[in-house]
Amino acid sequence: MGAYILKRLVLMVVTIFVIITITFVIMQLLPGSPYENEEKLSPEQIEELNKKYGLDKPVSVQYVQYLGNVAKGDLGNSFQFGGRDVTKVISDRLWVSVQLGIESIVVGVILGLILGVVAALRQGTFTDYGAVILAVLGISIPSFLLAVLLQFVFSMNLEWFPVAYWEGPMHHVLPVLALAVGIMASVARFMRTEMVEILQSDYIVFAKSKGLKRYTVIVKHSIRNALIPIITIIGPMTAAIITGSLVIEKIFAIPGIGQQFVESIYTNDYPVILGTTILYTVAFVIMIFVTDLLYGVVDPRIRLQGGDS
Amino acid sequence: MAQPEKKEITADMFRPATVQVEEKEEITTEAISYGRDSMRRLVRNKPAIISALIILLITVMAFVGPHMNEWGVDDQDLMRSNVPPKVTALSKISLFNGVSSDGTDRYAERQIEDNFWFGTDKLGRDLWTRTWKGTQISLIIGFVAAVVDLLIGVIYGGISGYFGGMTDNILQRIIEVLMGIPQLVIIILLIMILKPGLLSIIIAIAMTGWIGQSRIVRGQILKIKTEEYVLAARTLGAKPRRIIGKHLLPNTMGQIIITTMFSIPSAIFAEAFLSFIGLGIPQPQASLGTLIDTGSQIVDTHPYQVLFPAVILSLLLICFNLFADGLRDALDPRMRR
Repeated sequence: MGAYILKRLVLMVVTIFVIITITFVIMQLLPGSPYENEEKLSPEQIEELNKKYGLDKPVSVQYVQYLGNVAKGDLGNSFQFGGRDVTKVISDRLWVSVQLGIESIVVGVILGLILGVVAALRQGTFTDYGAVILAVLGISIPSFLLAVLLQFVFSMNLEWFPVAYWEGPMHHVLPVLALAVGIMASVARFMRTEMVEILQSDYIVFAKSKGLKRYTVIVKHSIRNALIPIITIIGPMTAAIITGSLVIEKIFAIPGIGQQFVESIYTNDYPVILGTTILYTVAFVIMIFVTDLLYGVVDPRIRLQGGDS
Repeated sequence: MAQPEKKEITADMFRPATVQVEEKEEITTEAISYGRDSMRRLVRNKPAIISALIILLITVMAFVGPHMNEWGVDDQDLMRSNVPPKVTALSKISLFNGVSSDGTDRYAERQIEDNFWFGTDKLGRDLWTRTWKGTQISLIIGFVAAVVDLLIGVIYGGISGYFGGMTDNILQRIIEVLMGIPQLVIIILLIMILKPGLLSIIIAIAMTGWIGQSRIVRGQILKIKTEEYVLAARTLGAKPRRIIGKHLLPNTMGQIIITTMFSIPSAIFAEAFLSFIGLGIPQPQASLGTLIDTGSQIVDTHPYQVLFPAVILSLLLICFNLFADGLRDALDPRMRR
């Protein structure tokens, strides 16, 4: 176990190092200038600015400097916002995105579990078909389409919810729903399959014939076992939340890092793009790591040292 | 007590049975190959077949649709900007009567004789043509990216699984690192250095999409490699080329086809996503994603502009997913979910 964790930790560090390097190289190759109104600046001024931001040094020196700074948590200065610290730009907006992500995961997982369990218990009925259809729709339809649809119907026409921004609880409903539906669908689908399989297994037949209450059989013996494999989709779920939040925050004008990321793409604000990418990767890598550890702890049948074929 | 008369059993009472071994073992029903069996299972799967038909219909329309009226993709005319859809034959349906959301008949107001079946955008470009042209581009991206994924994934996974040992170790460590990075983040960064366009979008999507395919191929190869029939083939002196070609690849084919079918909708989705955050096909070209992006910004005043591309994109994604599901059930019944 200890060796496994160490191995995974090394892998995590390598992954993060690789993404920092990749993004650094990509940023070097990028076309476009970081300065607003470059045509109005004289060559001397540009030189001065380059010196100020350290862009006059050789690439290798910039790279080593950057690595050192990242290790200290300094992601450099934004090319916009009057050269504010990227760390500050991101951390100011981080909380909103974390809120959006966690709320969507909680809502999506709860709805998905209910849907999956109900569908499995009523296998072959209309309830089941309804749940399956809902799951297919939720998996297939992109969250940004859903967001546009929800915004159009519930804020613009019915005016039940605000169109945009992130203020009161009412502002949370539509964006969270738009992000949660995809999660709900994949959890429901997974849960249904697991439950159907478990309900046919010998130990459930035994539990029933022993005379256990239906509630005990379903909750204690079926659902608890079905929950274990759900842990494996935490990784893909995190990725879905990260990518989903980019578009959802854009559509609902939510002041999170996703919206900032998209805006930085438009304005060529390299340090912010670089910083956000590193943050996303770190978050993702940690989630996968935790997932794998959790899986080993929850399900003793999984031996972490084993091969992964 | 009368004893029953004893009957003499003599040898001439017996004659040899005429049963022939071939007759007994004769196959009376038609033999069904794996392919035909899968086909039969697929045809019986109604959602999958309906999905396949819808995909076919949309694909045909994507290539025929742009030629069904006289307007091109970039035919601008500000005199007819933001005109809602009108189809004379369907004018009873409020969506197609040419009346905009504020209740005025734009066609009567601006004295437009022609019908724009899907309406026009803010530059007066015909959305019917643009939508189908956009569908065409989305489909091309989906198929080409899936094929490139397939090639890279099969080669990478095949090498990793077949050679094993050190090669496998190194190749898998690389994959583990790549998998730690959210896919769309890489795509976004790649699109930023390659100029946005059809080719660069395909390259970016394909460069990240092959990982899943390679892992599945590797897993299958590892499993099949230890099967007894492969051992038997090897014992009989089969060369590696024959083993790969005759045993490993055909038995992995089902899995490869299934994964490829699933990677088409994800490529189409990735393109739409990129367009939506402003990294899509540049103007005046259109893809479903760019149409949805522009349409969604004016959804409150001209909802029809986002409606048609959104419906087609959703249909495509749903149908491709359902068809891939059906294909998986048909090709690999054990994996049925």
